[in-house]
Amino acid sequence: MSAYVALFKARLQMGLQYRAAALAGLGTQLFWGIIRLMIFEAFFRSSAAPQPITYQQTVDYLWLTQALLLILPMRLEGEIQQMIRTGAVAYELARPTDLYWFWFFRSGAGRTAALALRAAPLYLLAWLFLGLKAPPSWASAGAFLLSLACASALGCALATLMTISLLWTVSGEGISRLLNLLAYVFSGSVVPLPFYPAWAQRALAFLPFGGLMDTPFRIYSGHIPPEEALGAIGHQIVWTVALILLGRWILGRGLRRLTVQGG
Amino acid sequence: MPQIEVENLVKTFRVAERQAGTWGALKGLLQRRSRTVRALDGISFTMEVGELVGYIGPNGAGKSTTVKILSGILIPDSGRCVVMGRIPWKARTAHVAEIGVVFGQRTQLWWDLPVIESFDLLREIYRIPPREYLRTRDELVAMMRLEPLLDTPVRQLSLGQRMRCDLAAAFLHRPKLLFLDEPTIGLDAASKLAVRDYIKRLNRQGVSVILTTHDMDDIEALCRRILLINRGRILFDGALEALRAQVSRDRQLVIVLAHEETWVEDPDAQVIRRNGHHLTLRFDPERISAADLIARITARYEIRDLYVENPPIEEIVAQIYYEEGTAL
Repeated sequence: MSAYVALFKARLQMGLQYRAAALAGLGTQLFWGIIRLMIFEAFFRSSAAPQPITYQQTVDYLWLTQALLLILPMRLEGEIQQMIRTGAVAYELARPTDLYWFWFFRSGAGRTAALALRAAPLYLLAWLFLGLKAPPSWASAGAFLLSLACASALGCALATLMTISLLWTVSGEGISRLLNLLAYVFSGSVVPLPFYPAWAQRALAFLPFGGLMDTPFRIYSGHIPPEEALGAIGHQIVWTVALILLGRWILGRGLRRLTVQGG
Repeated sequence: MPQIEVENLVKTFRVAERQAGTWGALKGLLQRRSRTVRALDGISFTMEVGELVGYIGPNGAGKSTTVKILSGILIPDSGRCVVMGRIPWKARTAHVAEIGVVFGQRTQLWWDLPVIESFDLLREIYRIPPREYLRTRDELVAMMRLEPLLDTPVRQLSLGQRMRCDLAAAFLHRPKLLFLDEPTIGLDAASKLAVRDYIKRLNRQGVSVILTTHDMDDIEALCRRILLINRGRILFDGALEALRAQVSRDRQLVIVLAHEETWVEDPDAQVIRRNGHHLTLRFDPERISAADLIARITARYEIRDLYVENPPIEEIVAQIYYEEGTAL
């Protein structure tokens, strides 16, 4: 286990080196956040009908989306992609580690590093100047942090699955684009999930993608009250475990083919 | 008990074939053609603890396939393979914890991390006890003169520096067996010497080494025993000298003439190269001893310098590859 933790730490340090990228990302997220904020403000002003989520909850939701965008499984792990393309992935087997967890933590570490670098300053800015409020209670805050950790694990499981799919498709562009799109739309990062039509709600509640953003963000603003939060977090955990098992199974089959066929 | 026992190892690969041209590509959509390539065609050998074996053969001969099977990365079609009492691919994790591998074309280190941090990571991965780790690491750093490189990210190292670090990394967990797949590829002369020196030292400490290479100087400098493989079969297994004797007993006498235009002739020797003042003669030591030939030549011609040498191993190996090629 400590090997994975060490890998995680090393990646985190590495990610911290890319300050320029983090700064540019911060600027972009801020810009889009302000635009989206204006759109939703106009929307709330123009409509007198009661909305499924309050204006303040929407503002919180929007800023958290902007701050934590990188929780989505957006990009493939470049190094692993390269290894699979050149066939060098076989050499990964020359290390006495479980390859799935190795890759899981590797992508997790990179993602968390990038995430933390962008999230903290943007959260602070939004909270100071742009209308983001603190959670309504300590219970909400605690449940949010727990749910956020689960969202992060879920994102890692999805990203690792995407990486593993490279063993079959080599370039991986197709699957990663598709998964990206699904995650983007169904996690609530474009439009908060409560605004989707009633008939879609059941499907959205079933899919794993809401667990990436919608669940923790609604817990944050109290839209999901703390006493209901555990059920929502359970949903995240079940999906995370399921995706990890699926990933391990697919990786096992991919490796069998690799070790038999020679890549 | 031998450290490595390989018996009748066979490995085949299916290679997809594409047909040329647009029409061929269209046909390929309907009907895939594939061809079976026998990468290993029944190879057998054993290796004892502490040996340093040179594994040579032309490109595509099956060297890397063998090394991959021995290190548990690849599963053979048939045959027996026991390395340190284990079947490598059946107990992969336990197996790779006790071997060291270096693939010259690729680094085991983390591209973006300083060398020292890669080492620390490997310590965690191989679960090396801290004290033992520090001792081995410091020893390796001193031996390979890595001190000035430790804080540099791997991507900024030169190839020679990187290879030295890679070799050290492969030995941090003190494996009893090292697989080195072309460790000197692309290195400059000084780095090659450093790498060879390092391999020699480890071997002297009792580490067994299988070295694949195309560089015959590596073989000549390091290996008492060589395995020569071509088309998935072992053509020769034994000492370098025996291989030499098997192909040809001939030796070469190089003389440096005082006058370039001198014409040299001798009944027992044959001029095979002429390059300015330098002249290479080939002779059979069974027919005439080197001492007699030298005496005769120096008596008849004005000579500035001379030395006797063995035919370069490249020529011997090339000859075997060639004979093998024409025999088929």
